[in-house]
Amino acid sequence: MSLLRASSGFAGDFKIIDLPFGNGVVESLRSGDLVHLSGIMYTGRDQTHRRLCAMLDKGKELPVNLAGQLLYYVGPSPARPGRVIGAAGPTTSYRMDTYTPRLLELGLKATLGKGSRSMTVRESMKQHGAIYLAAFGGAGALLSQRIKSVDLVAFEDAGPEAMFRFEVEEFPAVVINDVVGNDFYEQIAAGS
Amino acid sequence: MKTIEASTITEAVRELAVTAAYDLEPDILEALIAARDRETSPLAQSVLELLVMNADIASREKIPACQDTGICTIFISLGQDVRIEGDLIKAVQEGVRIGYDEGYLRKSVCDVITRKNTGTNVPAVVHVEVEAGDQCRIRFLPKGCGSENMSGLKMLPPSAGIPGALEYIVETVVNAGPNPCPPLVVGVGIGGTFEKAAYMAKKSLLRPVGLAGDREDVARLEKDVLNRINREGRGVHGLGGGNTALAVHIDTFPTHIASLPVAVNIQCHSHRHKEILL
Repeated sequence: MSLLRASSGFAGDFKIIDLPFGNGVVESLRSGDLVHLSGIMYTGRDQTHRRLCAMLDKGKELPVNLAGQLLYYVGPSPARPGRVIGAAGPTTSYRMDTYTPRLLELGLKATLGKGSRSMTVRESMKQHGAIYLAAFGGAGALLSQRIKSVDLVAFEDAGPEAMFRFEVEEFPAVVINDVVGNDFYEQIAAGS
Repeated sequence: MKTIEASTITEAVRELAVTAAYDLEPDILEALIAARDRETSPLAQSVLELLVMNADIASREKIPACQDTGICTIFISLGQDVRIEGDLIKAVQEGVRIGYDEGYLRKSVCDVITRKNTGTNVPAVVHVEVEAGDQCRIRFLPKGCGSENMSGLKMLPPSAGIPGALEYIVETVVNAGPNPCPPLVVGVGIGGTFEKAAYMAKKSLLRPVGLAGDREDVARLEKDVLNRINREGRGVHGLGGGNTALAVHIDTFPTHIASLPVAVNIQCHSHRHKEILL
């Protein structure tokens, strides 16, 4: 664990970020920044997104106010008795692209997953001052140790696709899209 | 004639399902460690170290290495001198069901029309091949769909030739970008028919990571494609460096004079595969 605890072992320093975000924090982050997230985040993947947007279509109130929050794209494996959660790494984000702009309009400040976002989502993030981060895909066992508590928020019948509230400690991630429109994957592909 | 009880098959599959999720095989672990040791990008190297640590935690804590414990593809090579006492396919599905339940593995299989989760992770996709002998070999390949979704198949004209086929493979991997969790194992099937190419691509993933194919000319193509993919510099998780792929496995089969099918099955770094011989 020392690799991620001590910045000296990893390539670069981790910025310490509390969740939900304090004033100006989202705006201060730039593509390529490594962060340690601590505090509260909400989760959701395909089914949760589909249902949240269906609720909005019907003019219903969402189960949680997403303004100022971070939404983590994850469908955890079941917890063994005595454990908080099973493996809980990120799922691929582009599947949420269709739904994301509507949630950003509600004030959602950040999304966390893995892989590239569409141009539409990137434009929407710029417009609403939101960011996108990548967690380390396929490191679900390690990441589960950074999740300190889990509460069900909504859609229990969706099983692993339900919406949860996580309390996390030093959850590692990389900023991919910042508020000024940079995309870290693009920067890497361009050789910068 | 050798008899194998269906219950023996169920127990074997249950064990494969659970251990595949927790314990990465030595071939993929060694490939990740070798990639870490030769990686020149500090960020990519750190991420590779994290993945090696993750595998260690998964194995020690009996927690899946990745939460996407996949949809299961199971290849059975059934000796023609084996008699199964009971229903083979039912026995296999039952093994998957029990394994995913008892192992605290994620149930990720849903009805394709209603999207309702089956709640059991069955059905698994089962392929049975009959061969000479009196053994039953079961190979278990649970696959997450972050990588599966980035796979592709193209029916090229013969005029595209092998250069065209190689270009399609590289393009498929590069276009996948960071989505399928690189570093990847790239399974390729060239030739045969539409479904044969896809079948070969998936089955080639069962080879020990990086083990060259039987044909010398094909082995050269594997090396060539691997170098071309890694020269693109997308790297581990798309964060840069020289390890977008750990290996390219190409299987071939004769094809029609009018055809050149090419299938690319992308596998993530959490390359879970197990087998047992009964």
